[in-house]
Amino acid sequence: MNALSPILILLTAFIAVFLEAAFDGSRHWLGVQIDLLPSLMVYAALSSSIVTITLLAVLGGLWFDSLSANPLGITILPLFLAGFLIYLRRGLILREQIFARWVLGLAASGFVPLATVILLLTLKEAPQLGWGFAWQWLVMTASGALLTPAGFLLFDGLDHLLVYRPVKPSTFRYDRQIRRGR
Amino acid sequence: MLNKAHYKALAAVGMLVLLLVLLLPRPMADRLKLAVGSLFLPLFGLGRTASQLTRDAGQALTSRAELIRQNEQLRHTNAVLQMQAQQTGAIFAENEQLRAHFNWQRATLWRDRLRLARVVARDPANWWQTVSIDLGSLQGVREDLPVVCESGLVGRIKSVGLVRSQVVLISDPACKVSAAIEGTHELGVISGSASPINQTLVRLSHLAGNTALKPGLMVRTSGSGGVFPAGIFIGRVAEDPQAVDFGQTSETRVKLGVDLNALEEVWVLLP
Repeated sequence: MNALSPILILLTAFIAVFLEAAFDGSRHWLGVQIDLLPSLMVYAALSSSIVTITLLAVLGGLWFDSLSANPLGITILPLFLAGFLIYLRRGLILREQIFARWVLGLAASGFVPLATVILLLTLKEAPQLGWGFAWQWLVMTASGALLTPAGFLLFDGLDHLLVYRPVKPSTFRYDRQIRRGR
Repeated sequence: MLNKAHYKALAAVGMLVLLLVLLLPRPMADRLKLAVGSLFLPLFGLGRTASQLTRDAGQALTSRAELIRQNEQLRHTNAVLQMQAQQTGAIFAENEQLRAHFNWQRATLWRDRLRLARVVARDPANWWQTVSIDLGSLQGVREDLPVVCESGLVGRIKSVGLVRSQVVLISDPACKVSAAIEGTHELGVISGSASPINQTLVRLSHLAGNTALKPGLMVRTSGSGGVFPAGIFIGRVAEDPQAVDFGQTSETRVKLGVDLNALEEVWVLLP
């Protein structure tokens, strides 16, 4: 039953990639498609195991690249790095704070596209860069920062609804039991 | 709990897999990509059905008066087009006579080889300008075939799957088009988007240094280059040319005829 949480994360990643490809509302208004995977990775890094983070990076990256002109697999590394760096320090992060979620969403959404473009240039690909990319990067970063706390609310709600709470050990102690005699 | 050695092993395996995927030969990587992308086909089908249902519901709500008005409008357009077709038939016959007189080879009509395709997805990455269409090798689509729509050139086929293909749009720097400017002998090259925000403007470069193009002139494919046949409308010159490379060449911007942000259906020009 606890496997539901990683499955929900991966399912959301699949649907997020589909929505990014099929609907371009933000592209009409801002000229930029918003990337939902970095926000999802922040949630996974703060809430799940390293296996879920790896699966999200690999599957999310492959799904994203399969619908894009990116070389297959190029998005895996930036996504994984963003998640892994947060995972390493997650004991020190106040995940309940909206500000912390906002900052992590900002950092991850800024890092992933930038690292992907650097990797593309390393592989001698020629993505469309220039002032247009600066604008796209700013919008992607800002939208990621806004979407991350919203994603936490959604997932915490789903988690609360669908995943059972672990049973807490009882405070009752048999050695302290008062036995009443007749 | 994982320890340091586990992390190192995980990272090593991950990097190895990543390198293997990235270093795959291009055809194999393209096939793998289309195979992974085909996982989305049911969702694309679902999306198409949903939009069709919405459209049908909208049509069911259209009033009778509106339908009559649209019908009248279509009758009028049909009449105008029939008259134009008659005129074109006369011009075509005259053209054939002239061709026979000068013994010129008859040009093949590319409009007879068009195949309608639906745009099912756009590139989720902002640094590429590509779309996916619902035609593949099963329908005869091959790489580098031109893609057009009623208002002009859209792009060319980049990669082909069984039932899905990727089209690189004319606003992407990877889609270079040899262009001719109508009414002049000027030739240039369309090479990617010219504006960071406005995707309807593309760059027309490699024009002669002393060119005297005026805004509003029509730009069409020149036919040289071997990918696009001559005569497909691209757009109109948007501004006066500016000298580059110390005046050796000049470049300008072209307003595309096609609204690339609103593509729903396109035509693939089959061989």
